[in-house]
Amino acid sequence: MRVTQGTFSFLPDFTDQQIHEQVQYCIDNGWALSIEHTDDPHPRNTYWEMWGHPMFDNPDAAAIVFELNECRKVYGSRYIKIIAFDPSPGWESIRLSFIVNRPSEEPGFKLSRTEIKGRNIQYSITPYSSDKPQGSRYK
Amino acid sequence: MANEVEEKVVKAVSEVNLKEDFQSSGVADILSELDNSLIGLEPVKTRIKETASLLLVDKAREKLGLVSESPTLHMSFSGNPGTGKTTVALKIADLLHRLGYVRKGHLVSVTRDDLVGQYIGHTAPKTKEVLKKAMGGVLFIDEAYYLYRPENERDYGQEAIEILLQVMENNRDDLVVVLAGYKDKMDKFFESNPGFRSRVAHHIDFPDYSNDELLEIAEVMVAGMNYKFNKGSIKAMAEYIELRRKQPHFANARSIRNAIDRARLRQANRVFNNSDGPIGANFLSQIEDVDIRQSRVFSGGIDK
Repeated sequence: MRVTQGTFSFLPDFTDQQIHEQVQYCIDNGWALSIEHTDDPHPRNTYWEMWGHPMFDNPDAAAIVFELNECRKVYGSRYIKIIAFDPSPGWESIRLSFIVNRPSEEPGFKLSRTEIKGRNIQYSITPYSSDKPQGSRYK
Repeated sequence: MANEVEEKVVKAVSEVNLKEDFQSSGVADILSELDNSLIGLEPVKTRIKETASLLLVDKAREKLGLVSESPTLHMSFSGNPGTGKTTVALKIADLLHRLGYVRKGHLVSVTRDDLVGQYIGHTAPKTKEVLKKAMGGVLFIDEAYYLYRPENERDYGQEAIEILLQVMENNRDDLVVVLAGYKDKMDKFFESNPGFRSRVAHHIDFPDYSNDELLEIAEVMVAGMNYKFNKGSIKAMAEYIELRRKQPHFANARSIRNAIDRARLRQANRVFNNSDGPIGANFLSQIEDVDIRQSRVFSGGIDK
């Protein structure tokens, strides 16, 4: 099951050239780019691990694509996303984020139903991959 | 892959107009600006023109579908201090940008301090940070030979050199590296780092300025600051240049700039002490020969 989240979730995965252009758009808007990765694909997992520092003063997108490829070398089998942070007053938050790397195999989620009081059903999802400990989930 | 080839064939045109490209890309403007704004430096200008035409022809070939490897653009500028290496690097960055070889055309100027770290593990991130900043533009490494210190085998400079070489090779489309420094030291540096020698395609020598050229530069600088020379001060300046050249730490145009700055200081002092009533713009911008002749250069001392 293909995990989707972020700005371009409805589109097929970007090529490096397309990533470059999107990132350049962010830079031209004055947003700071950063790269994050995780091996826990749960949609409520908002705290991904950072790859290096946020990049504030790189005028060209090649720098971010360069770092992305460095990150892929180490965590190529994880989810990697690019985040654009808008530092302007009033925003000071994420403007845009999109997944740029995903594991070759995504086992998906287990849906479990729990019957609670009054025969109501409580749903919860668990990624199959999180059965294994962190760091050994995707190969 | 097949699609890419097809696209290229469709895009390819049957002929190009080099003269038109030359004008429309703005390269002509930069070259004429180079001619007008820089005094002397004839060999440098010739080399840059040659390089510019090579790049222009390369672009034209690409348009016609005659694909060749993207050329190596890394350069080395060697010459004494104050011979205009940084100024020319700025122009080169602009030139490469207009020709479409770098995307942004900014210049990031660094020295050893900006690349080499202070402790183990500090160098690689530092160098990478600088390289990332320079991507899309030109990285100017002043006094590049200080990166390599053979006398200290634990020096972290070697690490910076390795990263630099790797990025120069792998990210050739993303940034252009210009190494600069004194001629003899640069030669030694290239000798001991053959990796650099082979990755740097253009070696440009910056000659020293002649006395006449320096005088001309002085006049341009003075005019640029909205000051004026008169006949006496021009003569004093010419003598100053001749004397200054024989003294140690002579740095070509930079020495001239410093001399003018100090002449302005003395001029301000003189104007302040001699003015009783209202004074005009002419009086405020006139540099007299006494302003120059008070320099220690004339009494034989080093004017620092």
